[in-house]
Amino acid sequence: MSVNLTLLTVMGALYACGIYLLLERSLTRVLLGLMLLANATNLLILATGGYAGLAPLFDKATDPRDYNDPLPQALILTSIVISFAVTAFMLGIIYRTWVLARQDEIQDDAEDRRVAETPSFDAEDDAVIPVETSEFPLVAAGPADTADGGGPEETVRAGARHMPAAEAAAEEQPGSRTVDPDPEGGQK
Amino acid sequence: MNIASLAPLAVVLPILGAALTFLLIRQPRAQRTVSIALLSLTLLLECLLLASVWNGGTSAVNIGGWLPPWGIVLVVDQFSSLMLVVSSAVSLAVLVYATGQGMADGDSDAPVSIFHPTYLILVAGVSNAFLSGDLFNLYVGFEILLTASYVLMTLGGTGPRIRAGVTYVVVSVVSSVLFLIAIAMIYGATGTINMADLAIKLAELDQGTRNLLHVLLLVAFGIKAAVFPLSFWLPDSYPTAPAPVTAVFAGLLTKVGVYAMVRTETLLFPGDTFNTPLMVAALLTMVVGILGALAQSDIKRLLSFTLISHIGYMVFGLAMSSVAGLGAAVFYVAHHITIQTSLFLVTGLIERRAGSSSVDRVAGLAKLSPLLAVLFFIPAMNLAGIPPLSGFLGKLGLLQAGVQLGTPLAYALVAGGVLTSLLTLLAIARVWNRAFWRKPEDAEHPDPVLLAVPGGKDAGDRAGQQKTTLLPRTMVGSTLGLVLFGVALTVFAGPLFRVAGQSAGEMLDRTAYIHSVLGDDAPVPAFAQPAPQGEGR
Repeated sequence: MSVNLTLLTVMGALYACGIYLLLERSLTRVLLGLMLLANATNLLILATGGYAGLAPLFDKATDPRDYNDPLPQALILTSIVISFAVTAFMLGIIYRTWVLARQDEIQDDAEDRRVAETPSFDAEDDAVIPVETSEFPLVAAGPADTADGGGPEETVRAGARHMPAAEAAAEEQPGSRTVDPDPEGGQK
Repeated sequence: MNIASLAPLAVVLPILGAALTFLLIRQPRAQRTVSIALLSLTLLLECLLLASVWNGGTSAVNIGGWLPPWGIVLVVDQFSSLMLVVSSAVSLAVLVYATGQGMADGDSDAPVSIFHPTYLILVAGVSNAFLSGDLFNLYVGFEILLTASYVLMTLGGTGPRIRAGVTYVVVSVVSSVLFLIAIAMIYGATGTINMADLAIKLAELDQGTRNLLHVLLLVAFGIKAAVFPLSFWLPDSYPTAPAPVTAVFAGLLTKVGVYAMVRTETLLFPGDTFNTPLMVAALLTMVVGILGALAQSDIKRLLSFTLISHIGYMVFGLAMSSVAGLGAAVFYVAHHITIQTSLFLVTGLIERRAGSSSVDRVAGLAKLSPLLAVLFFIPAMNLAGIPPLSGFLGKLGLLQAGVQLGTPLAYALVAGGVLTSLLTLLAIARVWNRAFWRKPEDAEHPDPVLLAVPGGKDAGDRAGQQKTTLLPRTMVGSTLGLVLFGVALTVFAGPLFRVAGQSAGEMLDRTAYIHSVLGDDAPVPAFAQPAPQGEGR
């Protein structure tokens, strides 16, 4: 089977440009990259059908090498339709990204960032058990301990319980260990 | 007339339903009726297909009267019909759940009118992929289901969904392009894309070409199935979609990838060329996936990571290429589709009841809603593989097959499988302890809905909203149905294991498949074994 060198070169160039564009952060370029990849693949399929430019017509008298295999062309047709649909959908998504965020770039996954920034400290499992290191005993927050005169700790009502004011203030900070910046965001 | 010749209806019925529901786009009630009725009909048909294959063996249907090596052919064998039945049962449950959700609240967030046609097209794509006996038709099946899944993933077009959708679409398109490249190269090398014909002709190629084609296909399917190095897109994109959509994606889409890998390994490239790399990938998928799950605080994300991790079990079973291993893998696929979907459905219910799916905010559900606790507990224990349940049986089968194989790598995988099972239990127990057992007051950020006194002033009045049903009966009912289906898999594990074992035997033998497509006098090549390598077995 002989192969058309021009088609082969074009195909290679399309793949190279497509992959380069795919790695960009701008969505429009990513889409262009995908389109180039799809078209390069179509050329690849075309190349399997025999030497380009021959007619795909079957005639008993013709030598098999002198006509083109029609099946790859049917496959290409299907794949063109599919990539057309996907391209249209991607364009819709890109437009929507632009409407929502006024930018054409891939955005970070907020939840992923949050998990990555969470220290290995877990509020429930690794809560601090006060260790007496000073001569002034620390008082654990709890009704039993306040009786021994460790000084009343300032507490804040959270839900149905009381928590130390200092801890509550820490939790209100954006980027604190247990709060994601926007509790409603990223979950809808 | 043979009932198996009705196989194309498994694809045609859902597509017909999609067209009808699209016409009925302004009548939600009629839409619901049509889609549920047609999907039930499809399920019934597929049960009949399974029965006919059980009695009459594998059969093939030529579409449009073109003879096999040239025309498109649909093949019904035990594996594909089993997959069809399980996938349709699961998608029916999810459809009922979704309609229940749509009915319960007018759903301002998701355009339900588009949901039904798209969902039915997704089901058609899945059926087409399972039935296809032709590589290009398999590609078309994948594209049908993927295109539908793009739409479902971005339903409503909110910011996070669009963001997740972009990743998902780009990754899926890249994997499809790889698949298409593989098809082009296979066609260039052999001149056919009929899978039975390929089984014969690929054996005649030299080893280097075979390896190239084999790796291309495995990478393309590995992305779709979320096998370890290719799995990073999944936990990023799945959890943001609406609950029923995530549920059906988690249950079905990755399993279609696994199905395609099974076909590649057994039908197209039998032998053990890539067993070692596949086993390593399986081990990494299991362990890395479950370690990711341990770090999550959002239940949906946690479940997405367990999904990846348990794909590893199936790849492990597949990589053993023994009847015992493959049979256990087939059983595990059926089990996992059901369990993973029901867990995601329950998470949807948790989100409704508790206002969030983050274990930092949810608490005290065991007391607030004991039914929900039971619904979560059964599939969760099943996923972790606690003894009487089907998850345990599937894992046991895999581990037994691994021990039977007896290579050091197989033992490493057995150990990895046990470890993953334990870590799954740990991850699930964390959710259970936090979301169900502790008091709402102990949560870091309890949702107000949890602190509301039950009975008196109901939770519905927050933020001036109208009172909505927190746990609509349809949604709970369909979840309950699916959980019971999962329990039924345990009860009927004996017959199911027999079907799985037989289908594994058939797939490894290949005679039934090739003969049903190409006629009884087609040659069945022996395994094209490479020159014996280190792997001493």
